[in-house]
Amino acid sequence: MNSAIFILIGTFLIAFYLGIRARKGQEMQLEEWAVGGRNFGPIIMFVLMAGEIFTTYVFLGGSGGAYRMGGPIIYIFNAFCYIVPFWILPPIWRYAKEHRVLTQSDFFSKKYDSKPLGLLVAIVGVVSMIPYIVLQLKGLKIIVSEASYGAISPNLAVCIGVIAVTIFVSLSGIHGSASTAILKDILLLVVILFLGIYLPYHYHGGIKPMFETLDAAKPEFLLMPKEGYSISWYISTCITIGLGQYMWPQCFGASLSSKDERTLRKNAAILPLYQIVLVFILFIGFTALLQIPNLQGANTDLALFKIAKATFDPWVVGVIGAAGILTALVPCSMLLLTSSTILSKNIYKALKPDTTDKQIGRLTRVFVPIVALVALFFTFYGGESIIALLIMAYSFVLQLFPPLLCSLWKRNPVNKAGASAGIIAGVITVAYVTITSATMGTFFPQAPQSIKDLDIGIAALIINIVIMFTVSTITHIVQKNPQIDKESNFKKTV
Amino acid sequence: MVKILIWILGLIPVFGAFTVVNRIHPYIFGLPLIVFWATAWLILTSVFLSITNYLIDRQEESK
Repeated sequence: MNSAIFILIGTFLIAFYLGIRARKGQEMQLEEWAVGGRNFGPIIMFVLMAGEIFTTYVFLGGSGGAYRMGGPIIYIFNAFCYIVPFWILPPIWRYAKEHRVLTQSDFFSKKYDSKPLGLLVAIVGVVSMIPYIVLQLKGLKIIVSEASYGAISPNLAVCIGVIAVTIFVSLSGIHGSASTAILKDILLLVVILFLGIYLPYHYHGGIKPMFETLDAAKPEFLLMPKEGYSISWYISTCITIGLGQYMWPQCFGASLSSKDERTLRKNAAILPLYQIVLVFILFIGFTALLQIPNLQGANTDLALFKIAKATFDPWVVGVIGAAGILTALVPCSMLLLTSSTILSKNIYKALKPDTTDKQIGRLTRVFVPIVALVALFFTFYGGESIIALLIMAYSFVLQLFPPLLCSLWKRNPVNKAGASAGIIAGVITVAYVTITSATMGTFFPQAPQSIKDLDIGIAALIINIVIMFTVSTITHIVQKNPQIDKESNFKKTV
Repeated sequence: MVKILIWILGLIPVFGAFTVVNRIHPYIFGLPLIVFWATAWLILTSVFLSITNYLIDRQEESK
């Protein structure tokens, strides 16, 4: 037990040291702090891009999802997530470099030449990122309490973790995230590959025998069912995740730190290979299901730790916990960095346009601890509401995809009014649907099962697209024919 | 010509990402077919995107 605690604390200190040490000697300009002066080479970009995707959600949720869902969990390593960035990141990067764009909100406000649209995108981003930070912190709580065998108070651990991340983000900016991300990826890779191979061999004599035992014990569990997690559910979920992934402001922002667009393309091409790691997470979850079959509900997310503790000495559990802590802290640091940059540069500055760049630079670092405190508050007192918000967050960021994609075309068919209206309509749909916990079946009770199982994010996306084009076309016509404008004004006054 | 090839090669993996082979037998490399198919497409996606990447690089150099 003591060895586990020793390893946890040791890893935490090393990560903290690396994060601080990454600080560049002089006072950093905002561009250096937020996007590393757009000078990151292939390896750092690789761990940064991988880092945002391999979060605690994958570490705990991937094995837990395999335990709970069976075969349909293969959605977590769908390659579509990287086909989209392969195509969209290079043009985004090119434009961002040319126009000195630092955040996603900057990008929208420059592309559509509209500050209000930038503000809207900034608000959608921050509202989505805070529950995502909370998710990481909640994961951190589980990891610390499991890996320390209950010896370290999880609440205390979360507070210390948040303080450490706040310090190194304030001092080192994205350089701090990059340094800790390298340590995290090495540790995570070793841990997952080891567990994913060792556990099936230890208990069942191999991966194939493990699957055969599972198939015999639970026939059909490895297949996609006709209802619920069906094939249409799978495809629609993969679409929403794939399109939404790089609409997360921290993913979008980190990709701007690349040295050139080739690096982005090359990484997007290699990252699917790296996702094979997730296949090993499945092996862990399935072995856990066979060995410890009685976990229920939220406890299924403990599958990885339960089986590790049943199998290994405390020091191994300590190493797993250490990898887990880093998978929580690294994304947290990226999220803190991005949300505070957006808060100062895109929200504060939009409200107070006379703020100078120097003040913005200072203000951004002031926002880091503030965002951290808000996230900490929700972690302890958020309850169910924060979970609802998190489910919405994934679909919220997805709503930014259509106007982004259109803005990359040579002749953008969408204008700022259409883009704004589409985003607002999409976000409202998502909020309404989540709060009333509606599904496609609620709206179309007569529809075939394949329609009912569609991810509800798709519905919001379609509403968004329709409104976006309709409003764009109408406002376009109105601008071309002032006559109509007068008529409508006339009607209004009447 | 190369441009069309780039688009085709770069978009073939989309087909792979959205096909599901909903079967357990036969096992390939110890994996049930449904898991193997998804895993194989991770590798194939990397292969296709790397070739596409190479072609784009070459096209840009020749400019």
